[in-house]
Amino acid sequence: MAKDEFTEFKLVGTRPDRPDGLDKVTGRARYGADMSMPGMLWAAVVRSPHAHARILRIDTSKAEALEGVKAVVTRADFPEGLTGEEWNLQENTIAGDKALYDGHAVAAVAATSALLAQDAARLIEVDYEVLPHVIDVDDAIKPDAPAIRPGAADATVPEGMPANVVRYIDFGHGDVDAGFAEADLVMERSYKTEATHQGYIEPHACVGQLGADGKGEMWVCTQGQWYIRKMCADVLGLETAQLRVTPSEIGGGFGGKTTIFMEPLSLALSRKAGGRPVKLVMTRSEVLRATGPTASASMDVKIGMTKDGTITAARAEFRMQGGAFPGAPVDMALYCAFAPYKLKNVHHIGYDVLANRPKCAAYRAPGSPMGAFAVESLVDEMSRELGLDPLDVRLTNGVREGDRASYGPTFGSIGLIETLEATKAHPNLLVPLGPNQGRGIAAGYWFNHSGETSVSMAISEDGSAQVSVGTPDIGGSRASIALMVAETLGIPYEDVRVNVVETGSLGVNEPTHGSRATFASGKAAVVATGQAIKEMCRRAAAEWGIDEDAVEWVNGAAQPAGPNAGKFPPLTIREIAGKMGETGGPISGHHEGLPEGVGASFGCHVVDVEVDPETGHTTILRYLVVQDAGRAIHPSYVEGQYQGGAVQGIGWALNEEYIYGEDGRLQNAIFLDYRVPVASDLPMIDTVIVEVPNPGHPFGVRGVGETGITPPLPAIANAIQDATGLRMTHLPMTPPKVLAALKAAGRG
Amino acid sequence: MRYHTPSTFEDAARLAAEASGITRFLAGGTDVLVQMRAGAVIPDDLIDLKKIPGVSEIAQTEEGGWRIGIAVPGARLGAHAGLCADWPGVVEGMELVGSTQVQGRATLTGNLCNGSPAADSVPGLVAAGATVEISGPSGLRSAPVEDIPAGPGKTTLQPGEVISAILLPPRGTAGGDAYQRFIPRTEMDIAVVGCAISLTLDGNSIASARVALGAVAPTVLLVPEAAAAITGTTLDDDALAALTTAVEAACTPISDKRGTAEFRTEVAGVLARRVAKIAYARAKGAEA
Ligand SMILES: Cc1cc2nc3c(=O)[nH]c(=O)nc-3n(C[C@H](O)[C@H](O)[C@H](O)COP(=O)(O)OP(=O)(O)OC[C@H]3O[C@@H](n4cnc5c(N)ncnc54)[C@H](O)[C@@H]3O)c2cc1C
Repeated sequence: MAKDEFTEFKLVGTRPDRPDGLDKVTGRARYGADMSMPGMLWAAVVRSPHAHARILRIDTSKAEALEGVKAVVTRADFPEGLTGEEWNLQENTIAGDKALYDGHAVAAVAATSALLAQDAARLIEVDYEVLPHVIDVDDAIKPDAPAIRPGAADATVPEGMPANVVRYIDFGHGDVDAGFAEADLVMERSYKTEATHQGYIEPHACVGQLGADGKGEMWVCTQGQWYIRKMCADVLGLETAQLRVTPSEIGGGFGGKTTIFMEPLSLALSRKAGGRPVKLVMTRSEVLRATGPTASASMDVKIGMTKDGTITAARAEFRMQGGAFPGAPVDMALYCAFAPYKLKNVHHIGYDVLANRPKCAAYRAPGSPMGAFAVESLVDEMSRELGLDPLDVRLTNGVREGDRASYGPTFGSIGLIETLEATKAHPNLLVPLGPNQGRGIAAGYWFNHSGETSVSMAISEDGSAQVSVGTPDIGGSRASIALMVAETLGIPYEDVRVNVVETGSLGVNEPTHGSRATFASGKAAVVATGQAIKEMCRRAAAEWGIDEDAVEWVNGAAQPAGPNAGKFPPLTIREIAGKMGETGGPISGHHEGLPEGVGASFGCHVVDVEVDPETGHTTILRYLVVQDAGRAIHPSYVEGQYQGGAVQGIGWALNEEYIYGEDGRLQNAIFLDYRVPVASDLPMIDTVIVEVPNPGHPFGVRGVGETGITPPLPAIANAIQDATGLRMTHLPMTPPKVLAALKAAGRG
Repeated sequence: MRYHTPSTFEDAARLAAEASGITRFLAGGTDVLVQMRAGAVIPDDLIDLKKIPGVSEIAQTEEGGWRIGIAVPGARLGAHAGLCADWPGVVEGMELVGSTQVQGRATLTGNLCNGSPAADSVPGLVAAGATVEISGPSGLRSAPVEDIPAGPGKTTLQPGEVISAILLPPRGTAGGDAYQRFIPRTEMDIAVVGCAISLTLDGNSIASARVALGAVAPTVLLVPEAAAAITGTTLDDDALAALTTAVEAACTPISDKRGTAEFRTEVAGVLARRVAKIAYARAKGAEA
């Protein structure tokens, strides 16, 4: 459904400048590290140089003796007795008995300057007993691997599994063996993806302040101020409401800023330093070593297909490590892996495995890119084998509304088929390819999410409107929410200001995660705006002396609803607002809850590559993202999400990876060697916004932030196969790997 | 840390000779300051050379070569028409260093003295037959560029020695040079392999050549066997094959996070072929 068919909106679907744009381009926007306070101290963190080591002794005396040092904390300054994820968070914030990965925090110090704090950190002596470590997921799952945390397995893990398996997943439907027996072609392959980092430009930063009375404040770069509040309170044993958390502008998060890493350290230091505020800013190397990358994965997939491309059965077994803590997104990876396909017979098995690496955090559609890499690679290979068009195979098997999803539920309104058809119609597919060039396509999926949401809005004295949301604006959500509220009120976009507020201003909000801000905060804002409109209609009715129900809201004004209601000239929002003091006081709206009606989003990517047969270097020539947005409230920011997802996927596919030495230390903890794509690596990413409106949202919104990172990994592998004939099954597909494969195949 | 701003190379050399702790000269600072901020190298004495008269100049020598001041940043090299016409390979090596911002500061001398085997401007200088002028406790001396690197992060400069200029020989007629590096991305990366070749022609035949390789050994290498493989040829397929063999034989790379030894060796041969063709075309009069 093309966007132009919708003409009923004045603002939704237009592309005004973002309200935060001027501040951002002029450097006025305040990011995490921009906050400073009177009397503030600076913190530095001592980190383990070992992947796995028992902490025998920590001597902080020399650091404490240094002039200017105001506080030192170790695990001894944190409460005992935590369990479950609360313990995990505390343990990851600061190591207890053992350091569990290279970069694990062991102690922290606050001093009167950043340099002094760093000097003091170097004076803290830690004695370690180095223990055997394990990094790779396939090594970690071996029965003789070093046991990282005996007893960490949950109830899902059957008796007798290797020590580092902490969660076991097994689900599916139908009879896969019978399904494979019906197939004309059955193929089975193994795939691996390496851990990658979200790579946000802004390192973690916060200022924390905590008094002896347990009252505190924090200013922090985060995707979710309530999560920060709850997690800090849990880790420090505080009462949640006594902590007030204000989010800064955010220089990228991609899921990595939905949790805590070092924030409680600043509060613990502040409390020990008599309540002086403590600023803690990570270096890039700390970000890479000690904040959440995504999981690495080892995956086996088996698919059966008939000659016409119908999938008869599918089976996946995924093993993922998410660091030294449970939580690798193996469940999500499995749920999404076959989501684009209508399957009678499917079976999924998953293992969440511990390894001596940093605790993984969410990264854009957590798990889905890995699953897509495995499944979409195999579907592509089988389509080639059977001489079928890979897009047609996806259309043949593609899920539609009412179909049972591979992971169980029944799909509501979805736009996979429309997305595939829009892809098929795109001119990029007609561009002729030259020597060493190839084209790959792949589909991808993300559920999207709603979650706890609380939004308030209020009309100002001059008829402008303010909206208070709890979801930090990462991708343009303030612009989108302002458009929806302005559209609903019938006032100009510029007359609406959307504020991202601190924890004291609203009920609990989940972070900006799960592509939920424009869906959930947007939906709540529209409902809240409806309440304000109702109130304005009521006041107009009172002024006119007519029944409230006889007033309607049109183009930013109350007017009698038809000739029988009476003949009065419309009362504009400005007129009503100007008199609010005499007509009943403030006019506002508030909505909270768990907004229902989340709309899932499918995407399809087409990439053209050229592989240098002499060096194995892959150049991205052309890249197309087609994705269902439900409705694009602000098309530029939707396109930005599509492009950003594609680019992060390109990095993951080609060059990004966590590289460890034999000693278990991360070797590439700088952006020179952790190679995200640079602008000159990329063509303009072409986008097509498909709009199959989500009936669960007043304007039809589906989340759009995450699906875009799911197809690139397989799409690029598929294009490399098209260009070279080589099937790359282990990411990243770096030049050395591709060249070695070319040589092994007798080419290159 | 003591910060010095000598106004002559003699003073700079004396300050360095007298310093007992960690000493660094400051040219563009794109290595020194980065290392300081990372806490990797915090010098006791930092000797800023940019206040010495003439350090930012590029001048033609009487013989027709070029004298390049030690503080001339990459951006200035790239904007210098005469130098670009004579030694495009040297200039393109330096221009690959960093970003626009880094180009405004980074120098040839700093790139050489930082001692990285992957330094992008050094193979070009070595292939060109460049020399450095060195001020030291016992006066001035000169040395070929290939004699300066001693291993990762190390040079053969003695305590108290400071480079006072880089000298490029006259290009002469029918000469051409070129540099290419291999990186996984397209910029802002460190060379996994680099290769520079300078050659002169006698008609269609190569009269002389110098082949230099980066990032395949502890220092940038000058490979006379590779030069011999193409000298006297018209760069036909046999010559290119012999060049490849000689280049691969000279490589003693390590395997690390940036590339395997096999990959580096293989790609060194690939780059040598590509670079030789460009240098040859330039010697024939092709635009740089
Ligand atoms: C973002 C970024 C990207 C980069 N990319 C590249 C790249 O692509 N390729 C590459 O090769 N390098 C790269 N570099 C490294 C650096 O920019 C180069 O090595 C640069 O040429 C160094 O020159 P400089 O003038 O800044 O040296 P400085 O930092 O001033 O000095 C470097 C070293 O040379 C010594 N030194 C300086 N002058 C003299 C002298 N006259 N006599 C004796 N010793 C001296 C100093 O003591 C010091 O040890 C990059 C750096 C950054 C920050």
